Amino acid sequence: MHSFGYRLNGLLTFSVTILAIMCAIASLSDNLNTPSPSAEIQVMNINWFQKQPQGNDEVSLTMNISADLQTLFTWNTKQLFIFVAAEYETPKNSLNQVSLWDAIIPAKEHAKFWIHTSNKYRFVDQGNNLRGKEFNLTLHWHVMPKTGKMFADKIVLTGYSFPEEYR
Amino acid sequence: MDWQGQKLAEQIMQIMLLVFAVIALVAGYVLGSFQMMMIIYAGGVTLTALITVPNWPFFNCHPLNWLDPNEAEKHPKPQVAVSSKKKGTKK
Repeated sequence: MHSFGYRLNGLLTFSVTILAIMCAIASLSDNLNTPSPSAEIQVMNINWFQKQPQGNDEVSLTMNISADLQTLFTWNTKQLFIFVAAEYETPKNSLNQVSLWDAIIPAKEHAKFWIHTSNKYRFVDQGNNLRGKEFNLTLHWHVMPKTGKMFADKIVLTGYSFPEEYR
Repeated sequence: MDWQGQKLAEQIMQIMLLVFAVIALVAGYVLGSFQMMMIIYAGGVTLTALITVPNWPFFNCHPLNWLDPNEAEKHPKPQVAVSSKKKGTKK
């Protein structure tokens, strides 16, 4: 406080320290939010189901994904990253997760949606285990904050299965 | 500024920043807008800077009265004691 520069420096450092504490409190306030998301995925069609030359199964499917993720947004949310993964079990791996589609939702208004799409990323198995296999489709989301901790969770939808034969 | 003014400036600065931080947090949370919180806080920092950093007159209410130079010459500074061999102190 003994000179202009001294006071200015003190004010700037104190204000930035307080800003850091404010951001921490803002991040903690996200815990007060109790979200209630819902989602539904329908497999409209198995477009094709082939065995690749290397011996791995590959499948292409068309899905109808509808979800209401609006309650996940808080004042401290920058965007929502969501992806759909297929999960199934094989003799070789106890859990296989294959990401089929993803999207970024930038605002609350866009969080209630439905989309009719084929899988964005190829669905290739490690081996040829998919005939007649049952699988789950899970919708995962990552709530990316403006400042602080990122939350991630998922919804598991069961009851899907592949055809018995290639087509 | 004088000493009292410096203390006052520091106290005003700390209190104002804390008050603006609380106002900004509450307003941002209630309005659901992170941007509003940042705007209110930035405005608060600027206002605090304008009030506490420049050398305003109201910070100088208890000025120190330094001794006038002419007066100082009439009262010489005390000299360190010297050995008896040296000449006496100068007036």
